[in-house]
Amino acid sequence: MAISQTEVRYIAELARLQLSEAELAEYALQLSAVLEYAASLNALDLAGVPPTTSVLALHTVLRADEARPAMERDALLANAAETAAGCFRVPPVLE
Amino acid sequence: MDVTGLSLSAAAALLRAGEVSSVQLTEAALQRTTATDGKLHAFLHVDAAGAMLQARAADASFAAWRKNPAGGQPAAVAGLPLAIKDVLCVAGLPATAGSRMLQGFIPPYDATAISRLRAAGAVFTGKTNTDEFAMGSSTENSGYGPTHNPIDLARVPGGSSGGSAAAVAARMAYGALGSDTGGSVRQPAALCGIVGLKPTYGRVSRYGLIAYGSSLDQVGPLARTVADVALLLGAIAGHDPLDSTSLNEPVPDYAAALQTTSLSGLRVGVPAEYFAAGMQPEVEQAVRAAIEQLRALGALVRPVTLPHTAQALPTYYMIAPAEASANLARFDGVRYGPRSAGSGLWEQVRATRGAGFGPEAKRRIMLGTYALSAGYYDAFYLRAQQARTLIKRDFEAAFKDVDVLACATTPTTAFKLGEKVDDPLTMYLSDVFTLAVNLAGLPAISLPCGLDAGGLPIGLQLIGPVLSEVRLLQVAQAYEQAAGWQAPQLAV
Repeated sequence: MAISQTEVRYIAELARLQLSEAELAEYALQLSAVLEYAASLNALDLAGVPPTTSVLALHTVLRADEARPAMERDALLANAAETAAGCFRVPPVLE
Repeated sequence: MDVTGLSLSAAAALLRAGEVSSVQLTEAALQRTTATDGKLHAFLHVDAAGAMLQARAADASFAAWRKNPAGGQPAAVAGLPLAIKDVLCVAGLPATAGSRMLQGFIPPYDATAISRLRAAGAVFTGKTNTDEFAMGSSTENSGYGPTHNPIDLARVPGGSSGGSAAAVAARMAYGALGSDTGGSVRQPAALCGIVGLKPTYGRVSRYGLIAYGSSLDQVGPLARTVADVALLLGAIAGHDPLDSTSLNEPVPDYAAALQTTSLSGLRVGVPAEYFAAGMQPEVEQAVRAAIEQLRALGALVRPVTLPHTAQALPTYYMIAPAEASANLARFDGVRYGPRSAGSGLWEQVRATRGAGFGPEAKRRIMLGTYALSAGYYDAFYLRAQQARTLIKRDFEAAFKDVDVLACATTPTTAFKLGEKVDDPLTMYLSDVFTLAVNLAGLPAISLPCGLDAGGLPIGLQLIGPVLSEVRLLQVAQAYEQAAGWQAPQLAV
């Protein structure tokens, strides 16, 4: 299960990760090795086996729809790289 | 008296009896940290001033109780100095999760496990080193440099809760919290010669735990004795409205349950698949000897089979990275953390993520993104979730015949720093005996069961059905008391 550098580049774009050429080459090799190993699951007969998404037998958990105190705005913004007018400041999403 | 050598439970008893103060215990822990952590690097952040404030408050609460016993006595963990893995948010202290991506981040709130300990009067001496975002088995994936094993400085402490394990083993803290997604509490506990418990999925709230694999993550305690771990579990377990996966089940008095530790009639299963080729012979011998000890204590030992054991590792390395790739999508430099320069939002986000994540986090994000991407979802992620069902069923079938399973925590004792760091797959294999427990959501404990020829600790792992923590702790304590292992010789 070898994956190419082109595929690695595509995956990096999906994951919004800027990778160097050296990283692209390295991850192509390492991901191929792990995926090859994961392909051992192909030997299992999984017909009719339901997937386990959670080990809990929980149903949707709801709480009362009541207003609760929230954290202070200043405390929430304290870790931001840039703020403006009580909001997080980022470059425009739409030019 | 060197109080740093006291177990958490012994320190708690002396504190209650008025024979030591929390200030004494805390000062001793901090002094020990100053003296040894230059060699170990177990801590990413030490909060001496904050810890002393908490210690004085705890001493005041004991004084108030002595003056007016009707006012109620302080909680079991009051005044006890603890170290906290840096994936848990402690309000006002840095929380980096071992990643450069969160350098400078100071959470404005406590994780629920922390707020419970805080309300109970515990003392937090600092935040401990971890593999980046808890991804790793050696603490070498930390963005801030590795932690060294206090028994042999050339070796790893295990991971990802390696800082917590090293801090407890080296007597810098009386107990610690870690997190366990595929073995990250049990494996470092084994490699450092202490006790570590991974609770049932949902037993402890994950609110305020920086998420790695949300269907697998659990917060768990590390300490030097089984009774200590029981004390800590009792303080952090329980339902939390802020975590919809936390179990709404009563929390037993774990510490009190340890007064009965008869193993008469206990059925212990020995899974053949957990004595695989490639195991260090001394590890196998020590674990088999421990199982004989359980038999001598009255347990009925019988072989069991977990046929899908070999599939646990490939299953885990599809599911955990898939969940990680989703959980780590939030780290973009927009709301917190360092921000790299880039023209336009997306270039800024790509640059921030490329610079902030280390190699293992990037590897798992890439792997998870691939497994979840169009065209590969069914072939990789869905198959892994189906295999997870088979792994879970194996345990359910085994627990029809036995009460607990006994096996090794790790296939080898602590390996050398740098030995596996360039080969991810070999590193992943060090978790081969711990991963399946997380996939099935079960509780498990690791405790010392001897040393190899080099003096390195070996861990015995006991696995139980859902919410069997009381039973696991009872069996572990019965073994601990019968075996009587001394703490290994420290290199610091």
